Amino acid sequence: MNLALALQLLIQGILLGGIYGLTAVGLSLIFGVMGVINFAHGQMMVMGMYISYWILVLLGLDPYLSLPLAAGAIFILGYVIQSTVVNRILDFPEAMQVLPLVAMGLILENLALLFWGPDHRSPSTALSLAAIPLGSATVDVSRLIAFALAIAFTVALFLFLKKSAIGTRIRAAADNRLGAQLVGIKVDRINNIAFGLGAATTGAAGALLLPLMPVSPHLGHDFTTTAFVVVILGGMGNLLGALVGGLILGVTESLATLVLPATLKQMISFGLLVVIMLIRPQGLFGGRR
Amino acid sequence: MRRLYLLLGLLLLVLLLLPLVLDKYALGIFVMIFFYAYLGQSWNVLTGYTGHISLGHALYVGIGAYVSTFLAQKFGLSPWLGMLAGGLLATAVGLGLGFLGFRFGLRGVYFVILTISCAEIARLAVSHIDAVGSFSGIFLDFNPGFYNFQFRGNVPYYYISLGFMVLGSLAVHLLARSRTGRLMVAIREDEQAALALGVNSFKYSMTAIGISAFMTSLAGTFYANYVYYLSPNSMFGMGLSIDLILRPIIGGLGTVLGPIIGSFVLTPLSEVSRAYFAKGGLEGMHLVLYGVLAILVVLFMRQGILVYIKRALKPLLKLED
Amino acid sequence: MNILSVQDLGKNFGGLTAVKDLSFKLKQGEILALIGPNGAGKTTVFACLSGFLRAEQGQVILEGQSLWGLSPHQICALGLARTFQIVRPFLNISVLDNVMVGAFLRQKSVAKAREAALKVLDFMGLARQAHKEAGGLPLPQRKRLELAKALATGPRVLLLDEVMAGLNPTEVDELIALIRDINRQGVSILLIEHVMRGVMALAQRVLVINYGQLIAQGTPAEVVGNQEVIAAYLGRGLKHA
Repeated sequence: MNLALALQLLIQGILLGGIYGLTAVGLSLIFGVMGVINFAHGQMMVMGMYISYWILVLLGLDPYLSLPLAAGAIFILGYVIQSTVVNRILDFPEAMQVLPLVAMGLILENLALLFWGPDHRSPSTALSLAAIPLGSATVDVSRLIAFALAIAFTVALFLFLKKSAIGTRIRAAADNRLGAQLVGIKVDRINNIAFGLGAATTGAAGALLLPLMPVSPHLGHDFTTTAFVVVILGGMGNLLGALVGGLILGVTESLATLVLPATLKQMISFGLLVVIMLIRPQGLFGGRR
Repeated sequence: MRRLYLLLGLLLLVLLLLPLVLDKYALGIFVMIFFYAYLGQSWNVLTGYTGHISLGHALYVGIGAYVSTFLAQKFGLSPWLGMLAGGLLATAVGLGLGFLGFRFGLRGVYFVILTISCAEIARLAVSHIDAVGSFSGIFLDFNPGFYNFQFRGNVPYYYISLGFMVLGSLAVHLLARSRTGRLMVAIREDEQAALALGVNSFKYSMTAIGISAFMTSLAGTFYANYVYYLSPNSMFGMGLSIDLILRPIIGGLGTVLGPIIGSFVLTPLSEVSRAYFAKGGLEGMHLVLYGVLAILVVLFMRQGILVYIKRALKPLLKLED
Repeated sequence: MNILSVQDLGKNFGGLTAVKDLSFKLKQGEILALIGPNGAGKTTVFACLSGFLRAEQGQVILEGQSLWGLSPHQICALGLARTFQIVRPFLNISVLDNVMVGAFLRQKSVAKAREAALKVLDFMGLARQAHKEAGGLPLPQRKRLELAKALATGPRVLLLDEVMAGLNPTEVDELIALIRDINRQGVSILLIEHVMRGVMALAQRVLVINYGQLIAQGTPAEVVGNQEVIAAYLGRGLKHA
């Protein structure tokens, strides 16, 4: 086996894993607070990609600079989805909870198709080709920046949840919805913000991914399932677990291409997903069921 | 109740006579109505009656389509027999999936994710098998004849798909009234409480997924021989899995008439709006509307359309409940 | 003759001991009450006996057969049925269909199961509700339905978890009479109950547990006068603290 190639893939895996981790943290946050699975998560990520793409084309603003705008736009999207749809279905039987979010994914995916067409679009930015040599391997600057920003965004989210007043309320609502209500927390509004934050996280991940990967409307499913895998790896509702899970999946997928065709790497994720669910459903780092 | 059966009989008679007056395009829409009603009915057994949510039922459609087509192309086996072979394989796969899910206690969203994963694994695997055309799929040669499950025009497909819908619904109707069906419903309502009453929930959940997978795969064979083309994405994809659950949910989950009514409402809407929007260059618009409709139904008509139809027809049919 | 015997039952949740070294016997035809303060481990005992929780140690023998490692439906099939403290009707189906689920354990045909279920409903005074949706029943009738479902499985031993909680005195008295009737038909009963009126009227013997351990047993009158029991319920006086 080629050691230099393996090292290269390892680096790439870690860097991509940071972005996986970021989107999964959003999914895990939404699950932790509301107990619902956001089946539209990947489609929201694609929306983040398109918004950042739009800003680049229309205003010439680099995706890394427009990150707050993309995240903000998807925050609003998430907030609206939570307040109009998800808050109404929290007490529904599970079959009825699954459908609206799946349908939301369908809507977002096809809106993207309507607005931007089925073509793959890949913007070229100033940084997309630069690379730093590192021994026998090289590190793409754009991947490195994406990774650093993903980690920074995740840390910022953690700090927000830990330190801010709203963050504390979100954690209270996640811990005990009824209890939070009893002490006067407006749980509906907190839910809106939590869903918005989860969505913003995945939107930001999308914006970070844009310079690395061409965007097309139908990418969403794959992103959603990737986020599932990571969240299950890390434990549902466990945010730190989601981050670590992202790194694990990034590395696994990347190294798997040493022995398998790249188009099969997803099978690795699904296989991993099934195995983890069966032998350790609480995830590697514990979570809530 | 008797009047309800009378009404259904009359409707069936009308459906039997319809090909006399409809053109090919209209018949095609009816074929899709029956096809999706039958698919919804098959899914209904597992999710509507037994309460285990599957979002990966395309898995069984794909198995039905690929097995019968492969056997026909390789060994000249009639798709009618290939359909049974596909059914058996789908049952086996369904039981395997069920074993993992039910034995290891995966419930709710965990079971959903298991079903999605298995369907996706199958889609990716089939995409890499050259013997079945890998990514590009299989085109069927057109050799009309009953033996080949291929026909000129839409009339034979109309009657075959109608047969699927009617017989499938009848089967589910009988199942729902049987001991097995009632125990499945108990599992859906409250699995722990059912266990406490001596219901072997593993056994009946396995029965449900076996029946459901078998029924679903038969539709796969039909579909392959109706569109003459199968690809991993169209047969195993998540899109089909979502498509096939919308109708029973909109019509009424866990009822025999729900998938049928849901299909009669949604399928024409989807077919007509697809053609309409595609003409105006709005590819995908019909799916946006589809999604909006699904959300509205869940938010405001949680039990599906059937309940409202029943209420409206109550005085006419002298229904009990 | 003991129909159910429990030997050194033990169950922990993490580091917390829920039940410890609990032994007792239920005699054929007896009504035995299991009481104790909130959190004493009563419901955990029921869950272990009925197979919903796996005990870490101990033996449970029903009519000479060990229940070790069996799942709830197998235990029910052997003749030990339970009710849930928070009743669990199948909400979206009729009362009759609810009870038929229980009846199907012994009856393989739908017609026979319906017949058996109707008999149980009649006995429980729910015949008029048979065709109503279970979700529409008020609490007292839901409690009866819970009992009817368990009864329909044809049990030899019935575990009743607070079937009288939340009922008014008249409803309690009606239920006492019904439980006595069930017992007279040869069903041995173990009940958890906070309604002392019910315990005093029904139980031939009472077991008192606290922190998962047996602290007293005897006739209802003996137990009520027991210092340990009073202390467990009310806490010890300042002198002992």
